[in-house]
Amino acid sequence: MNVSEQHKEAFREEAYELLAELESALLELEENPDDQEMVGRTFRAMHTIKGSGSMFGFTDIAEFTHDVETVFDKVRGGLMSVNRELIDSTLKSCDLIRAMLEGGGSVDEAEKNRLRGIFSALSRSGSEQGTASASPASAAQTAGRSSSEKTYRIRFKPCREIYLTGTDPVLLLNELRELGECRVVAHLDEIPALEDMDPERCYTYWDCILTTSRDENAIRDIFIFVEEDSELRIDMIDESGGLLDEPAQKKLGEILVERGELTPEDMARVLQGKKRFGELLVESGLANPSQVEAALAEQQQVREVHQRRQNSDVASSIRVPSDKLDILVNLVGELVTVQARLSQTAAMKNDSHLTLIAEEVERLTSELRDSTLNIRMMPFGSTFGKFKRLVRDLSNDLGKEVEMITEGANTELDKTVIERLNDPLVHIIRNSIDHGIEAPEARQAAGKPRQGTVRLTAEHSGDCVFITIQDDGAGLDKDAIRAKAVEKRLIPESAELTDKELFGLIFAPGFSTAKKITGVSGRGVGMDVVKQAIEALRGAIEITSRKGEGTTITIRLPLTLAIIESLLVKIGNDRYVLPLSFVEECIVMTRKEMEESHGKDLANVRGHMVPYIPLRSRFELTGDAPDIQQVVITHIDGERIGLLVDTVIGEHQTVIKSLGRAYRDVHGISGATILGDGTVALILDIPQLVKWG
Amino acid sequence: MAHTLLIVDDSASMRQMVSFTLKDAGYDVISANNGKDALTKVDNAKISMVITDLNMPEMDGIELIKQLRGKPGFKFIPIVMLTTESQDSKKLAGKQAGASGWIVKPFKPDQLLDTVRKFVK
Repeated sequence: MNVSEQHKEAFREEAYELLAELESALLELEENPDDQEMVGRTFRAMHTIKGSGSMFGFTDIAEFTHDVETVFDKVRGGLMSVNRELIDSTLKSCDLIRAMLEGGGSVDEAEKNRLRGIFSALSRSGSEQGTASASPASAAQTAGRSSSEKTYRIRFKPCREIYLTGTDPVLLLNELRELGECRVVAHLDEIPALEDMDPERCYTYWDCILTTSRDENAIRDIFIFVEEDSELRIDMIDESGGLLDEPAQKKLGEILVERGELTPEDMARVLQGKKRFGELLVESGLANPSQVEAALAEQQQVREVHQRRQNSDVASSIRVPSDKLDILVNLVGELVTVQARLSQTAAMKNDSHLTLIAEEVERLTSELRDSTLNIRMMPFGSTFGKFKRLVRDLSNDLGKEVEMITEGANTELDKTVIERLNDPLVHIIRNSIDHGIEAPEARQAAGKPRQGTVRLTAEHSGDCVFITIQDDGAGLDKDAIRAKAVEKRLIPESAELTDKELFGLIFAPGFSTAKKITGVSGRGVGMDVVKQAIEALRGAIEITSRKGEGTTITIRLPLTLAIIESLLVKIGNDRYVLPLSFVEECIVMTRKEMEESHGKDLANVRGHMVPYIPLRSRFELTGDAPDIQQVVITHIDGERIGLLVDTVIGEHQTVIKSLGRAYRDVHGISGATILGDGTVALILDIPQLVKWG
Repeated sequence: MAHTLLIVDDSASMRQMVSFTLKDAGYDVISANNGKDALTKVDNAKISMVITDLNMPEMDGIELIKQLRGKPGFKFIPIVMLTTESQDSKKLAGKQAGASGWIVKPFKPDQLLDTVRKFVK
């Protein structure tokens, strides 16, 4: 017996076992047609018989099993159901496979053809059913694709000997076309004169503009066998991140300059003429026709992709009045509160059935909460148009040349946050242009480009969004800030301040360094108001600057306002809520430790002394603190500050309720929430507590 | 007319697996046990592509690629080698001998067909 016969014999053994298993699974399936495990076992057994059969020469078995396997794959995928006929035919198929394994003339060809007919009909009908029910999913996929599509520029210059390795570059380009919408321009400028030409060599190279949902690796995979010897450059030139109102389309000259095929100087010179730019380039010999054609193809494709995206965006969304959304969020908030009560009641009753239901409700509520809050999210880019207009108008008024660059248009934020962010951002951008960016002459004298830049970016990081406003202007004048702060008696003359503390003075009430009030900035609101507005959104603002190079203002914001993750703590008989985004850790504080610190409110956190605010005395609560208290260590503006509480209860989903006008001036409290047992807990405003503590 | 592919491998189960997959996809297949066997079988056939194992008795895959590239009808046809993960140096030698690409064993029938379709339309 040779090796291959041994393999075959091994396969026969395996197949007999599989058939026996298959039969028992089928009989079970007849009892319980919905038993997914049995369906899976049947499919796997058929799959193995087919796979191994083809590996070891039982091609007839593999071919016959193929349709049976397909049918059970459909059953597994829920596209077809098990019935008596199907079980019958499958059992008969088992007998037939057994006969085929034994070989010889024992195979009933008529029966085989009959069964093949049945299964191939079933697998086809299943697949029609399959395509019908799969089409909504694929439609969703298409819709999803338009939002994740990227456009790549691919320069493929194969080595001249490519034909000699049996590779046809045209097939590779065809493969590229299968990835998405693709324009290919061939460059023929390297083809030598006829007498110098070797017909077995490849002198052509290609530029392809491809819009695809696949990533760069998928493109590289196509060229895997030739990449080493060829010149292959893949650049991403357009992302769906580009927003509708952004003029993301590049001019022909810009594209050629970006590719290094034209110098900016040449471009400026050619622009003096009046003919179409492409024609001029070709005439002046600075670019050849195919280079221009490739760049034009790129321009065209990007334009089309944007157009299509715009259309699909319109088609795939509906408009809803925002107060309807607010009602929905409020209702979800109520539901979260009720759900907390249900969970608490279930825990108290110690009833396993009730607990089970409570847990299910908890899961559903949290999903409902997440998707509801998600509806309220809007891309930050929706505000870019307005800011660009602001920059344009302001720079005209002030005789400055300013360009605004925006990034992160797709970063999503709660609708309310975006609305309330408008005034602070307008103020910051005004400041940047008025005080930051210098006049064109001054910039030129300082060796900077005449045109200044204001960059507005938004990006996600964890459960926060960072918004930065960066200008390349004069930067903050530390001496002027210091002098002003001394004059306003914000700091003593001898104060030694770090840069951060010094820049932080800008946010102090009543501070303004502008020598005179212009019509642009200094319109009543100062940076202190900006800071308050950001803190009201439970955010933080930070400023960094280098003289002569510019200023960067970073705003950190929570993703949403309506419902937050928080830490529930207890002081005396009252419970309080701390937003979890500020909390770093909790440590235990014994009475002995407190006595040892001699009345200084300092906690020892692994060797570091961290100041804390004793909330019990701060809130003037009567009664004695327990022997063991806890300090919640929070993180604010780069500082660690503790809050001393009686006990930490645990994490909590907090639905934020406003306290109303009457309590608006109470410092340190930002709202209230209703707990599972129906009592009210106050939400602590940690930045304010720290500021006033 | 269907393309004819030549599969060269000394393992019968491998040959069968490959040729079944290719036939199933509509290609005609000629099989050979080793390089020497392959060279005797190609003379009267119009081959569109060669898939060859590297380690074989009598004549190995590298030598086969060299010899085929020397034959007039085989100058431009794709030749793909079947390699294993640990055969990187062999892969290089194969490329230098004129191979168009490679398939790493073990592979699934779909991967084989993907590679074939890269070269034969």
